[in-house]
Amino acid sequence: MFKILHAEFLAPGIKRFVIEAPRIAQKQKPGQFVILRLYEHGERIPITIEHSDPKAGTIRIVVQSIGKTTNLLNSLNAGDSILNVVGPLGKPSEIENFGTVVVMGGGVGTAMAYPTAAALKNAGNRVISIVGARNKELVILERELRETSDALMITTDDGSYADKGFVTDKLRQLIENGTRIDLVLAIGPIPMMRAVAEMTRKEKIRTIVSLNPIMIDGTGMCGGCRVLVDGKSEFACVDGPEFDAHRVDFSVLVQRNSMYRTAEQKSMEEFQHDPKSQIEAVHAEQPGACALEGGRQ
Amino acid sequence: MTESSKPPLLNVLPLKERMKIPRQHMLEQPALERATNFTEVNLGYSEELARQEAARCLECANPKCTNDCPVGVKVKDFVRLIVAGDFMGAAAKIREDNVLPAITGRVCPQEDHCEGGCLMGKKVQPLGIGYLERFVADYEQRHLDTSKLPKAPPTGKKVAIVGSGPSGLTAAGDLIQRGHEVHVFEALHTPGGVLVYGIPEFRLPKQIIREQIDYMRAMGVVFETDVVVGKTVTLDELMHEEGYDAVFIGTGAGLPQFMNIPGEHLNGVYSANEFLTRINLMHAYEFPKYDEPMLDLHGKQVAVIGGGNTALDAIRSALRLGASKAYVIYRRSEAEMPARKEEVEHAKQEGIEFRVLTNPIEFLSDGKGWLNAVRCMKMDLGEPDASGRRRPVAVEGSEFNLPLSVAVIAIGTGANPLIQSTTPGLNTNKKNYIEADPVTQRTSRRGVFAGGDIVTGSATVILAMGAGRRAAQAIHEYLSTWCEW
Ligand SMILES: Cc1cc2nc3c(=O)[nH]c(=O)nc-3n(C[C@H](O)[C@H](O)[C@H](O)COP(=O)(O)OP(=O)(O)OC[C@H]3O[C@@H](n4cnc5c(N)ncnc54)[C@H](O)[C@@H]3O)c2cc1C
Ligand code: FES
Repeated sequence: MFKILHAEFLAPGIKRFVIEAPRIAQKQKPGQFVILRLYEHGERIPITIEHSDPKAGTIRIVVQSIGKTTNLLNSLNAGDSILNVVGPLGKPSEIENFGTVVVMGGGVGTAMAYPTAAALKNAGNRVISIVGARNKELVILERELRETSDALMITTDDGSYADKGFVTDKLRQLIENGTRIDLVLAIGPIPMMRAVAEMTRKEKIRTIVSLNPIMIDGTGMCGGCRVLVDGKSEFACVDGPEFDAHRVDFSVLVQRNSMYRTAEQKSMEEFQHDPKSQIEAVHAEQPGACALEGGRQ
Repeated sequence: MTESSKPPLLNVLPLKERMKIPRQHMLEQPALERATNFTEVNLGYSEELARQEAARCLECANPKCTNDCPVGVKVKDFVRLIVAGDFMGAAAKIREDNVLPAITGRVCPQEDHCEGGCLMGKKVQPLGIGYLERFVADYEQRHLDTSKLPKAPPTGKKVAIVGSGPSGLTAAGDLIQRGHEVHVFEALHTPGGVLVYGIPEFRLPKQIIREQIDYMRAMGVVFETDVVVGKTVTLDELMHEEGYDAVFIGTGAGLPQFMNIPGEHLNGVYSANEFLTRINLMHAYEFPKYDEPMLDLHGKQVAVIGGGNTALDAIRSALRLGASKAYVIYRRSEAEMPARKEEVEHAKQEGIEFRVLTNPIEFLSDGKGWLNAVRCMKMDLGEPDASGRRRPVAVEGSEFNLPLSVAVIAIGTGANPLIQSTTPGLNTNKKNYIEADPVTQRTSRRGVFAGGDIVTGSATVILAMGAGRRAAQAIHEYLSTWCEW
């Protein structure tokens, strides 16, 4: 059992959790993720670690309600627990002084890009952050990113905050202005990462993306997370999740991520039909409710 | 056991009479019925059947069954106790050598070990040692009071076991009986290794593994799940910061191998590990009661590629999930199949089609990213290869397409790499398996032992247990004497 010490909504449907996980907090590096399972009947899902505090023994994650599991997770609060949290998984981001780095976050991807942006800044890079959201309400981590960036640009799809448009518009401006860019890190929805990759490929700017294929174990055991990189199979959970954007086959990623669409929709419909009883099923397994596995027993 | 306490009837039978008793068949679910459910295929012996079967034992002076058992179970002795009706005594006798009898009784390839050596097998059918072991273990489970388990006096020494498959569990069980403090670290959320994520419910009910693990907990073993050694904590940190005096590595061979043929990224193409993990560990066969999804296999054509236990487990699971056609595609002939014989028989009864001497060369798409056929070639058997089995050779011009919605690749696995890459000084071989002494299971690192599939490559439950047992013995000696490395 992994206890939630703090939980707050950053935006509608986007929640941040501080979780007690001393072993993971000791080891986490930017770019790594955890896999968690909420309750006995739950599935395992990967979530990037946004921050960790080794002294306090805690990690922080940011979760957007999309399917059943993330909706259930976001119904939990401080004092509740998550049955299983394992990590830190995946390779850490490559951190060195590249020169000028553009860090791009789309939607909740902003929370995944943030720890790497901070580490890059600490390593002496000039960090230009570009954050995109659908509307004003969904812009997250603005304050944190402002602190760790030399410049911060924000776009909203509907223009309700900052500049109307997409993160790629800002990147294009930077390129057209002749800004020297040594590295781009883009994390967000696949269409966004793909568009960034296409734009920087022409300019020969090295670009890193963080991939989000379906995972189960996260240790290289199932092969379900395989992605095509340079025509070769790589396991995102151990060889990634970050890859050179210009070598990734995004079509295969989109196609493989659609594999369980029907089942996922069914889960979500059931959840929406009766969220209360589904949430109760998770709460029924909270500490005190019954003794369960997860962590030390 | 004194002579007088034996019940008179059965075991005073002269040898000739014993040979006349036929091997007692274990009741099983009818093939057509079981092909639609995940309930265990074999239903077990009754007490009468067990005693009847036990009475067949010839009680050889030099029993080959014990010799051929990787952990040396004293078959003759426990079988004699069954004849006498002392089932708890029989269980205790098995436990002297085997801490997981309910599991080995179900999944051991007995034909290669105890039953393969049975003298009776030369004339009639061998003694049903696996069935008897299973019967005794299940009987013990129903009658055991774990609160009364004897506890050894603590030695003050601490051992970490990495991986909770059969090798780790055996080492843990043996070491706790010698009074050492034992902690098992497991990457997944449930302990058991392949026993929980690989072998399906219909062959090895998960309840059985839970019971064995609860038994170990009752003896004092501490399990810590959700710990990936090498990521969450390194082996050196366990030894230097957390005070473990010795470590046993039993991380298995769980790295799935793909065929590297075109089309392997299509939707519908799985590794056996993923397919089985979804079904077993994550209960996807109970979707939507459990949240992990699985493709709907009803009315679909499904094939598994490979001929081992993993392949059969995968395809028999697919059948139970509603597949209308279920094929085993194997590039050699049935004689070379490494699977347990009983599983091959069961699979055939259930209606699995075997396409032997056939090898896939490409997965074909429906144009939308989903698998819709596999292109295969026919094979012939040529000269024996390094494994001693005849090498399959492609027959030119024999290509054909087999319509298919789901393909499961079960052509073998490699070493789990996480510990090797994060533990300096730990020697490995070319294939990244850990090098360990075959008798003491010692590695190149002082205080570090390894065994099971991570040393030998994919093998069997009982061989992994044998390694765990030898390691426990060697760890105990090491902790008692701090001997030279
Ligand atoms: C589907 C299938 C069916 C089989 N059927 C049979 C059968 O009928 N009969 C038979 O005898 N054999 C069978 N086998 C083979 C048998 O299961 C294996 O040989 C045996 O389980 C090996 O045991 P092990 O202890 O070496 O490792 P495993 O059982 O593989 O266990 C290793 C454990 O270590 C964990 N682990 C790995 N890396 C780490 C890490 N870094 N940190 C922490 N934990 C880690 C894994 O999660 C796993 O739980 C089958 C195998 C499969 C896959
Ligand atoms: S999630 Fe299973 S191998 Fe990556």
